[in-house]
Amino acid sequence: MKRTFAVASGKGGAGKTTVAVGLALALADRGQSVRLLDCDVEEPNCHVQLGVSLTATEPATAPVPEVDTACCDGCGACAQACRFHSLAVVRKQVLVFPQLCHACGACLYACPQGAIREVPRRIGLVRQAEAESITLVDGLLDVGEAMASPLIRQVRQREAGTEVTILDGPPGTSCSLLAATGGADHVLLVAEATPFGLHDLALASEAVRLLGLPVSVVLNRCRGTAADAQAFLAERDLPLAGCLPEDRRVAECAARGGTPYREVPGFGAAMRDLLARLLGEAA
Amino acid sequence: MRIAVSTTGDTLAAAIDRRFGRTAGFLVVDLDSGASEYIANSQNLRAAQGAGIQAAQNVAATGAEAVLTGHCGPKAFRVLAAAGIAVYLDAQGTVAEALERFRSGEWEPCEDADVEGHWV
Ligand code: SF4
Ligand code: SF4
Repeated sequence: MKRTFAVASGKGGAGKTTVAVGLALALADRGQSVRLLDCDVEEPNCHVQLGVSLTATEPATAPVPEVDTACCDGCGACAQACRFHSLAVVRKQVLVFPQLCHACGACLYACPQGAIREVPRRIGLVRQAEAESITLVDGLLDVGEAMASPLIRQVRQREAGTEVTILDGPPGTSCSLLAATGGADHVLLVAEATPFGLHDLALASEAVRLLGLPVSVVLNRCRGTAADAQAFLAERDLPLAGCLPEDRRVAECAARGGTPYREVPGFGAAMRDLLARLLGEAA
Repeated sequence: MRIAVSTTGDTLAAAIDRRFGRTAGFLVVDLDSGASEYIANSQNLRAAQGAGIQAAQNVAATGAEAVLTGHCGPKAFRVLAAAGIAVYLDAQGTVAEALERFRSGEWEPCEDADVEGHWV
């Protein structure tokens, strides 16, 4: 059965990528083929933890308006329709600011002269690598490029038909989070069991709930039973998927480009447990 | 000749607002008649992006031929340049003082944007 799990967090550094890669490796250890889609397109680093190099690359594009000056009468309707201010019309001349364009198509519909068409603009790369039974796909946004969502959508087009897909989402609660998690069967939110971590978790869980997706939480860096954090989840009706203990070796291993799943004693087992619970829950 | 000045108030005595795209508003002064008109910029203050572009279009729509302001980013500058509007940067003090400096003829319009980014 096809299943998609999205791993996300309210902020960076909560351990999201480590959990996403850990789950993918746990699936691979069961002999199951799995797709790992790294949607953290500003800083994709699943490949580092997997220890693979991404070879197959292809450019990713987003459509941007182009104006046929022969048909344009300078009416300004396009600039009025664009709520992202990526078009300006002065002296009957249309100026396009491609880097602000969200590719919504509103200007196209607004133009009474049919003077606008869409042309592709490069925004980054989609890359792929194979490691055992894991197929890793990631997106890498070009430097200075702000339009993450179209690139995330292109990465997600490589979601598999039959296997399990693990999505590593972008940190934060922006629209890229929604682009990365929308349509997933389950969203796993990774949060540090600290007041700040829980605050970010509350924001992220609200964003995910707006999408109507089932969600559960992995508490990371727990000291003891993390009773406060558990109470916080219970109050908000957020199911707990698992607690990972405070273990500096995990972050240290990830920071030096290692694979915590294989190298930190106990972490692999914790990921296999988490996977079992997730599969049971979503069944 | 009409001049648009980024400012926090609607009189000649009001202080210059150093931001262009996120200024409180513009006082558009007709140097020949002395008449002035205030355009609020409050909508742009909240814009997530492109505030400078929108402000530049609004200024162009007033028929102004010059802008006196503090800083101007590259996108707004591109729109102002396309509209044939000269941009005078680093305005200080009040609207009246900036207009005085403009009239003195010792203020060179800038050739390029002076800042990158969002909050100007
Ligand atoms: S496609 Fe949308 S965001 Fe892009 S210029 Fe047109 S209206 Fe603006
Ligand atoms: S809406 Fe069409 S005709 Fe009007 S200014 Fe824009 S491109 Fe030109």
